[in-house]
Amino acid sequence: MILRDNAIRYGFIVLLFGLIAYFAIAADGFVSPQSAVFIFQSVAITGVLALGVTATLVVGGFDLSIGSVATSAMMAAAYVMVVLEQNAVVAVVVCLVIGAVVGLINGWLIVYMRVPDLLATLGMMFLLVGLQRIPTEGRSIATGMTMPDGSVANGSFGAAFLALGRHRFDFFIPNLIPVSVVVLLVLAVLIWFFLEYTRFGRMMYAVGSNERAAELAGAPVKAYKIWAYVISGVFASIGGILLAARLGRGDIASGNNLLLDAVAAALIGYAVLGAAKPNAFGTAVGAVFVGVLLQGLTMMNAPYYTQDFVKGVVLVVALVFTFALSGRGRR
Amino acid sequence: MGNDAVFRVDGLRKSFGHIEVLGGVSLELHAGEVTVLMGANGAGKSTLVKIISGVYDHGGGSMSLAGHDFDPKTPAEAIRAGVVTVHQNINDGVVADLDVATNLTLDRLSGSGVPTLFNPGRVRREAKAVADRMGLAIDLKARISDLSLADRQMVAIARAMAHRPKVLILDEPTSSLSSAEADRLFALLDRLRQQGVAILYISHRMSDIRRLADRIISMRDGVISGIFDKKPLDYEGAVNAMLGRKIQLERIVARNSAKAIFATDGLRIAEGARPISLTLGDGEVVAITGLVGVGKTALAETLFGLRQPLAGTMMLNGKPYAPESTGEAVAAGVFLVAKDRGENGIVGDFNIQENISLPFHRRMSRLGVLKRRIERAVARQQIQELGIVCRSEKDEMSALSGGNQQKVMVARWMSQGARLFILDEPFQGVDISARRDIAAKLRASASGRATLLFVTELDEALETADRILVMSEQTIVGEHRNTDIDLERLLAEVAGGPLHSAA
Repeated sequence: MILRDNAIRYGFIVLLFGLIAYFAIAADGFVSPQSAVFIFQSVAITGVLALGVTATLVVGGFDLSIGSVATSAMMAAAYVMVVLEQNAVVAVVVCLVIGAVVGLINGWLIVYMRVPDLLATLGMMFLLVGLQRIPTEGRSIATGMTMPDGSVANGSFGAAFLALGRHRFDFFIPNLIPVSVVVLLVLAVLIWFFLEYTRFGRMMYAVGSNERAAELAGAPVKAYKIWAYVISGVFASIGGILLAARLGRGDIASGNNLLLDAVAAALIGYAVLGAAKPNAFGTAVGAVFVGVLLQGLTMMNAPYYTQDFVKGVVLVVALVFTFALSGRGRR
Repeated sequence: MGNDAVFRVDGLRKSFGHIEVLGGVSLELHAGEVTVLMGANGAGKSTLVKIISGVYDHGGGSMSLAGHDFDPKTPAEAIRAGVVTVHQNINDGVVADLDVATNLTLDRLSGSGVPTLFNPGRVRREAKAVADRMGLAIDLKARISDLSLADRQMVAIARAMAHRPKVLILDEPTSSLSSAEADRLFALLDRLRQQGVAILYISHRMSDIRRLADRIISMRDGVISGIFDKKPLDYEGAVNAMLGRKIQLERIVARNSAKAIFATDGLRIAEGARPISLTLGDGEVVAITGLVGVGKTALAETLFGLRQPLAGTMMLNGKPYAPESTGEAVAAGVFLVAKDRGENGIVGDFNIQENISLPFHRRMSRLGVLKRRIERAVARQQIQELGIVCRSEKDEMSALSGGNQQKVMVARWMSQGARLFILDEPFQGVDISARRDIAAKLRASASGRATLLFVTELDEALETADRILVMSEQTIVGEHRNTDIDLERLLAEVAGGPLHSAA
C-alpha cells in the first residue's frame, strides 16, 4: 500500500528526472543552461495558457477558448500598433481587456445562461477565430501591409513591445533568460500561491468539488465561477502578447496548437504528486515535462511529425496515473 | 376484495455489508386492492421495492406470485412475470424525445422476434389499444417533452400497464404533481383497481393515503411495524407505527426562554399554504417535525436565504431579516446544517480541517491569505469537543463513519457563534451514539442562540427539543412543550387529520 502510494505520489516526478537523465546521457549538449532555457522558452506560452485553464478546472469548469483568445490578443496587438499606430502600452492594455471581457462573457454564458462549459467556450472559440480575421479581411498584419480600403499601414511594433519577446536577462551568463520565461515563472508562482494559500483559491476548490456545499457555506458560487473564467481569459491574452512579441507580426496562421498543448499540460498536472486534481504546480511541471520530452527527442533527431503523438502518449499515461492508480478519481 | 394474496413476500432479508437493511419482511398484496406502504427515510422501503422489481437479489426469505415462486434476477424478468414498477423519478419511465405512441410500445421495440423495421402504423395501432384500455386521453403524436409532468406520469403508468401486470408498484408517484394532477392519477388507479390489479403504493402524503388506501403497512428499521386493514383505517396508528416512540427515552428537562431571538410573521412558503408565525427564544432548542414533503426543508431554506418567502416577514435580534443569499444569512449569524450531507455538505476533496473551516475563511485569514494555524486549532478544538473519531484533522472525509461525518458537518457551524442555528435532519444516517453526542452538544451549547431542528422521526424531537412544532401542508399546525406531551394529539397533527387544535 505504501509502495503504491509512493508510486502515485512521486511516479511522475521520478519519470521526469529519469527522462532528463536519459537525455543527458543519450543526447549531446542536453545538459546546459542554454538547453534548459530553451526548454522553458518553448513551453512559456502554452504554460501561461495552461495556468489560466487550471483556474477553470479548479472550479469544475473548462475553457476551450484560451487558444483563440491568445491568437485574438496577438492580432489585436498587431492591429493596434501597426494599423492604429499606437504604442506598446496601449497594445498590452487592449489585449488584457480583451482577455478579461471574453472571460466575463464565458462566465456569464455558463453561470447565467446555463450553457454547459464545454459548449459555451467552444462557441466562443469559433466566434473569436472568425472575429480576429474580420478587420483585415483574413490577412496577417505586418508593417507596410495594404489595408482593405487600399491604404498602407505604416505603424510598426514598438521596440518596447518586441522586447517582451526578444529581450534576455543576464543570469550568471549574459543574455540568458528571455522575458517570456520570467513571465511564466512569475505567473506560475502567483497562481500557485493564489490557489493554495488564499481563501479565494480554497473556495474555488470547494466550488469545484461540491458546488452545493460551497453555496450552503455562504460562498457566492456564481461570482467565483465567473472569476475563474476571467483569470483564464487574462492569462490567455498574456500568452497572446508574448506570442505577438516573439513573432513581431500578427500571423493569422500561428497558435494552432496552443489550446491542445495547454490543456494537456494542465491535465498532466493532475498526476504530479498524486494530487488527482487541478493544481498550479502540477500544471507547471506538466508543461516542463512536455518541453523536456520534445527537446530531448529533437536533439536525438526524432522527426518533428512525431511530436503530437508523443504528447498524446504522455497525456494518456498521466491520466491513467490520475484516475486508475489513485482511487480518488472514482468518486 | 380477494382473500387470497396474489403476491406474497415471506421473511425477506437483505444486508449491505454488515448493515442489515431488511430484517425479515413479510407482506401480502391482494387483487383489486391498494396497499399503501409507509416508512421514514431509511426504513427499507426502496430496498424492498428494488428486490421485488428485480434490481437487487435478496439475502433470505422468499416471494411468490399467484402461487408460483417468484425470484427475478433482472427487472426485465420481473416485468415478464407480471410485476411492474413505476419509479419515483418520472423521467426514468419515459423517453423524452419520442412521441407518446412510441413510448407506450417501447418495450416491444427490442427483444427476439421483433421485426427489424420500425412500422409506424403498427406502433400507432398498438399504442391506441393500450391507451383505450387505460382511458388515456392524450394525443398519441405528442412528444413526451411537450407534456406536463402528470401526463408523463400517466404515460409511464400506461406503458407499465401495457404488460398487463398482476402487480403494480408505484414509488411516490405524486411527489412532483399538483393536487389536480394527482386527482387524475387517482382516477386512473381506481380504474386499475377495478380491473383487479394488486397495487402497492408508496407515499408520505397523507392526503394520497386517505384517498386511496385499502390497507396500510408501516415499515420501520427494516421490519414491518404495523398492518392496518380494518375500516375505517387507523391513520394515526399507521403514523405511530412508522415514527412513534420505540423505547422510553431519557426525559429531557424542557427549558423556557424569556428573550426572543428570531420570529416570523405571516411567512408563506408555498402557494395556497397558510402563513407561519413562530418565535424562537434565546437558549431554546425547538424541533419542527412532520412527514417528508410537508415543507420542512423549504422552511429551512427560506430562513437561510436560499429561497424567498411568498409573503411575510422575519425578525432577527429585533431587526428585520430578509436574506437574499446564503452569504447574507451567514453574515447575520443564521447557520444551516443542511440535510443529506453527502450532497449538500461534504466537500469530498477536502480533509476534516478544510471541511470545518469552509464557511469562515474570511475570519481565518488576513489580506485574503488563510492562516492555517488558526484553521488547524479550530478544527482540533471541534474534534475534541464533539468527540469526532479520527486519526488527525488531516483525515479524508471518506475515512470517517456516517456519524463522524455528520459531526464534522455540525462542527463546521459550531466553531463560530450563531444567533439562529438550524439543523435539517441532522440525525439522518447517524448511529445512536453519535446522535446522542450531537444532541447533548446542541443542548449544552444552546445559550446565546436559538436552535431549530427539522426532524421526521419523533424520537429525535422528543430527546433533543424543549418545544416541538408540527408541520403539515407547508405550515405549522401544532405546538407542544416537551413535558408530558399529548402524543395522540401530536400524531393526529402529523397525520394531518381533521384538526381540533388547528393553529
